[in-house]
Amino acid sequence: MEFLFYMGDVFTPINFGLLLLGTIGGLILGATPGLSPTMAVALLIPFTFQLEAAQGLILLGAAYTSTVAGGAVSAILLKIPGAPANIATTLDGHTMAQKGEGAKALQISFLASAVGGVFGVLLLIFLTPVLAQWALAFGPSHLFWLAILGVTVIGSLDSKSVVKGLLSGCIGLWLATIGFDDIMGAQRFIFHPALGGGINIIAALIGLFAIPQVITMFAKGRHNDGAEVIKVQKHPVSGAIRELARNKRALGIGTAAGSIIGLIPGVGGQIAGLVAYDQSKKFSPDRDKFGTGHPEGVIAAESANNAMVGPSLVPLLTLSIPGSPTAAVLLGGLLIHGIFPGTDLFDNHPDVAWTFINSMLIGQVLMCLFGLYVAGLAAKVAQVPQSVMAAVVLGLAVFGSYSVQSSMGDVYVMAALGVMMYFLERFGFSAAPLVLGLILGPIAEANFIQGSMIANATDGLAPYFLGGPLNIFLIAVVVASVLYSGYMELRTRRYTSKEEIMA
Amino acid sequence: MSAPSLPRLQHIIGSGIVALVGIWVAYISYTQQPSEAFLFPRLISSVFAVLAFWTFGKACLGWTKVGSGISGRQFMNLLPGLVVALVYIFWAAKGFGFYTATTIAFFILLSLYDPAPHTALKSWLKRIAITAVFMAVMYGLFAKLLTVYTPREVFF
Repeated sequence: MEFLFYMGDVFTPINFGLLLLGTIGGLILGATPGLSPTMAVALLIPFTFQLEAAQGLILLGAAYTSTVAGGAVSAILLKIPGAPANIATTLDGHTMAQKGEGAKALQISFLASAVGGVFGVLLLIFLTPVLAQWALAFGPSHLFWLAILGVTVIGSLDSKSVVKGLLSGCIGLWLATIGFDDIMGAQRFIFHPALGGGINIIAALIGLFAIPQVITMFAKGRHNDGAEVIKVQKHPVSGAIRELARNKRALGIGTAAGSIIGLIPGVGGQIAGLVAYDQSKKFSPDRDKFGTGHPEGVIAAESANNAMVGPSLVPLLTLSIPGSPTAAVLLGGLLIHGIFPGTDLFDNHPDVAWTFINSMLIGQVLMCLFGLYVAGLAAKVAQVPQSVMAAVVLGLAVFGSYSVQSSMGDVYVMAALGVMMYFLERFGFSAAPLVLGLILGPIAEANFIQGSMIANATDGLAPYFLGGPLNIFLIAVVVASVLYSGYMELRTRRYTSKEEIMA
Repeated sequence: MSAPSLPRLQHIIGSGIVALVGIWVAYISYTQQPSEAFLFPRLISSVFAVLAFWTFGKACLGWTKVGSGISGRQFMNLLPGLVVALVYIFWAAKGFGFYTATTIAFFILLSLYDPAPHTALKSWLKRIAITAVFMAVMYGLFAKLLTVYTPREVFF
């Protein structure tokens, strides 16, 4: 119950103000098509430099939580999911809006998000300290394999092609080695003075997540005006609460599915929403109504995608393995404030850890309250033309990456990585494993070097890195995740080609 | 044998570039000194090179199933915006000064991609207003609130 001790810190004027700002801003950013939660959080990181660690994390955590929920606004009113996590919400949410039940759909989506989100954060509160203690038993070889596990799991599960996902991870790991090495001080892969200090994580995050989106908007040309928003009629909140109470089964399934999926690194909110929607449909007596504007569909999807937010931070805060791309960006936010996840976080910075986690709990409630009342305003923002959005995001990306170290070098790195990522994405590579490689690369290398030194003084490299039950278990998980993803990829392809033949 | 289709050719070129980078990274990792500093890059680059070759081989054989490439129309759409963005980032921001360059780049990008007609005075006034509001917000945020000192160079 240590978290209760730090609960009051959330309510200091600055912290609470930042929580409000992050929540409202996140709802608006989430409702804006083209701005994903990951990109929104990456663009916000430069604003946290002036803040203390806990304050910065409160802003980022609030933005993360409410962008996922805010994505439901555009999913329901525009049929454009604000984030991949809101794909399942469009199935019934938009049909409800077309039938004149837009306000009801928005209200139940925010209420379900809050229920799922609070449950997810409670899991985070109770699981994280236990796992952080467990992580104390990890030596350099285990930490090395954990870092590799983080990259391979995200690389294989988050990508449509396992090989390209793993290759993206390798590119990220290589980019992490650019600069001077820590042991010998030798120069590695430096071709431009801008790379002398290595690749700045924040500039890289902004470039990899924001610039491809900007270029995608350019590629659409002049035919991308703001979408038509369905008008929302008034609906009593009490009616939405009754609707939620009537659909306890969907709420339970969504919350459980989201919480479990959130704990698995690499399986994001998109999967959580779709799995919850599918399971809810299977167990529902009204399964024929799904897809025709049925509230159960919205409740299941929205409770799931917010329930996964808290658990997705468990592997991040305990083992330094981000459970989702947005969690990877949050890890960047932690590292720039000199805070390392794991036991260090809870032993040396309990105030930062618990204030951040508590703020996410309070943030869920605020998100629900604001969501219920400002959803209409957020929908107006969703009408901003993409030409304006592209120019605004580009401006923010340049200023944001410059402000990291007041260096044009970081701006060049941001732009170069961004343009590279746009073209790589067109050929099936994805940004998430690349970012994971970039973030986990230094952790993997430091533990690999430390482990090599220990191994040379003891049993040798192979027994040290490949022996022992924990090493074997971690290697088995790495292999299993790659094989499973490979199997699923082949199965999907076979299924798709069969469908093509039938067509 | 027919000539490779555009996406297939694009995949071959794209994965070929990645494969070249993979080989080059591996070459540097195995040849540069001190070797201790390149121990980890060697491990990474070996896997990098193998996976890159695998991807390149698949692209050459036409087995690549993921990634839709870029159509000619998409490329022509993005080209002017990309040129403006790159000139702004790599030259104008430092040459003109941050705020001046951002104002110009923002206005050009907005005008290039705004679906509103280019012949109507009203839409030009709207673009000028949006640019002015955006720059005021950026200046307030970065210069005043975050006190970020940006390169001034030729202009403000």
